Amino acid sequence: MKIPEFIDKDSVLTGVAASPGVVIGKAYIVDRSKVDIVYQYLIDESFIGQEIDRFEEAGRQTETQLKEIKADMPRELSEHAYILDAHLLILKDSMVHQATIDLIRRERINAEWALKKAVDQAKEIFARIKDDYIRSRINDVENVTDRIMRNLVGHTPERLTEIKERVIIVAHDLSPADTTQLPLDRVMGFINDMGSKTSHTTIMAQALEIAAVVGLENCTRRVKTGDLLVVDGTAGHVIINPNEKTIEYYYGRQQSYESLRAEIVRSAYLPAETLDGYRLEVKANIEMFEEVPSVNDHGSDGIGLYRTEFLYLSRRHPPTEQELFEDYRDVARLIHPRPLTIRTLDLGGDKFASSLEWAEEMNPALGLRAIRFCLKEQGIFRDQLRAILRASSVGNVKVMFPMISGLEELKAAKNVLNEVRQDLTAEGVEYDRQMEVGIMIEVPSAVVIADMLAREVDFFSIGTNDLIQYSLAIDRGNEQVAYMYEPLHPAVLRMIQSVVQAGHSANIKVTMCGEMAGDPLCAPILLGLKLDELSMPSANVPYIKRLIRMATFKECQEYLKKILLCQTSEEANAYVNEIILTRFNGFPGEKEIKT
Amino acid sequence: MKVKNKERGIDKELVIRNSLGLHARAAARIVELASQYESFISLEKDGNVVDAKSVLSLLTLECPMGSKVLLRAEGEDSCAAVEALTDLITNNFGES
Repeated sequence: MKIPEFIDKDSVLTGVAASPGVVIGKAYIVDRSKVDIVYQYLIDESFIGQEIDRFEEAGRQTETQLKEIKADMPRELSEHAYILDAHLLILKDSMVHQATIDLIRRERINAEWALKKAVDQAKEIFARIKDDYIRSRINDVENVTDRIMRNLVGHTPERLTEIKERVIIVAHDLSPADTTQLPLDRVMGFINDMGSKTSHTTIMAQALEIAAVVGLENCTRRVKTGDLLVVDGTAGHVIINPNEKTIEYYYGRQQSYESLRAEIVRSAYLPAETLDGYRLEVKANIEMFEEVPSVNDHGSDGIGLYRTEFLYLSRRHPPTEQELFEDYRDVARLIHPRPLTIRTLDLGGDKFASSLEWAEEMNPALGLRAIRFCLKEQGIFRDQLRAILRASSVGNVKVMFPMISGLEELKAAKNVLNEVRQDLTAEGVEYDRQMEVGIMIEVPSAVVIADMLAREVDFFSIGTNDLIQYSLAIDRGNEQVAYMYEPLHPAVLRMIQSVVQAGHSANIKVTMCGEMAGDPLCAPILLGLKLDELSMPSANVPYIKRLIRMATFKECQEYLKKILLCQTSEEANAYVNEIILTRFNGFPGEKEIKT
Repeated sequence: MKVKNKERGIDKELVIRNSLGLHARAAARIVELASQYESFISLEKDGNVVDAKSVLSLLTLECPMGSKVLLRAEGEDSCAAVEALTDLITNNFGES
């Protein structure tokens, strides 16, 4: 979209349109940069005691702040509380606390300098650790000592929960730990220096339907707290301190956007059927029971992916079979008669066992996770399968196994499932004997042998997030290579195509439940690929359904033919952009919004 | 329990048996428990001795499953401390 002439070009920042919507409001800078510290030798003996007292006081303040943050944490984020418990332990750890005091005494230096030295020493020790996971714990140490340092220097640490008015959050980048502190009801929009279509802020903003523009590079340097901002998350623009005329213009865009959004959501109940009568199912991905009402409000044809990890997090013992059963049964009942696909536990071993959940930064992708973990910890796996089978008596439940890489794993998982079925039969417990069993296709080896796997299951669900990461060998959490995360990479498209073909030759359904499934830019191509079902965040469902209703299956097959000829992701991206812009009025309905 | 020398404290050889080794949560539990005792308590592996009341130091030991460690306590309540920590470690930190 072009920016109208009357807007001063110097006031415009352009980035990635991360989450659609237009908002006008005050900026609030979340500053996570380090504080400048002073270095002083303590000339007089008496200063040593003073510096130690200052350091102890800063430690006490930090403790109070961490405890307050923990206490104020909204209930829905309580699974993150363990991070704060870990930080409280680090605060008092001798490698931080006693080491700093020793340095003040021995080297006669001020508290800031001593703390910095203590952290540098810890960094050196940790840098020698071979285990990636343990080595990366140094990030937590830095996080805590950063806070102590701010208290020492007299900077008040960021208390995001203290934001009182509705604001637009301006940040360099937001980590999951930062967003746990955000008062989401007071956030109108997000703008970030860093980030892409797949970063944490983007995913969260989309889920909450909050406008966001990311990848702006220097917004934290261009914007001050209190500046008036326009965030156009549909076009990817931010206007700093807009004039009267600009505000009026964007107010108009906001109104048309809101009414278009309302209309799209109102028509969400209509089936996802193309103009030439090709129909597919558009379903929602959920993580917890509380999301089911939203699934129903957004016209989903069911739940295509119930991620079951949530109930296992931040607790000492795994949930009981009964607890799991009640949860699955309640979700199944609420969504009935539409289907519910439950994915068995997809956690890394370390993540599960650790109530401190420090696994976030390590590379868990190739480790003991998902089905591998379940086959090792069979007690946990059996409890979950019993719960799923018992819930299947509602009549609409399917199960799928994540991370299947070969037939051995699949057969082992199916054996456990069969044993659990026999147990239940012997106990006279009711369950759906026809319950469909599927697998996630997210490991490249599974793509290659999809024809063999297809004979063993009732459906495939392509998990594009992992499939893309594994195929292109990129960790999208790593900023250096995240740009290479390309759903429309020729290799990815060919893999999807071959999975669909393998599934359809074996007469089983092939669905997709990665982020790609909810990306309107990809939707015409996915239609052309003949996927039977797409599953996505429920907020995206109305948009994807609408786009499908605007398309013909015939034209999408043409698009597919052409995109398969593209040699690079860049070419493919340009091509889908053109399709969306020229054929589908932009997205979501960019051209329909009055300007 | 081998009592080496009353004045120099008690030690006991143990093996870390839980599948994840001495990871963050397990280390935190050792600190939690060790901090309840007055004694100086240490854990030794491959000649490296660290303070069992410091979660960061424990992590630097890098103990995967099967690691042999030497638990040592010196002080008034060293007996009780070694007993309690032995319990924790041999019961795999309460993990299943």
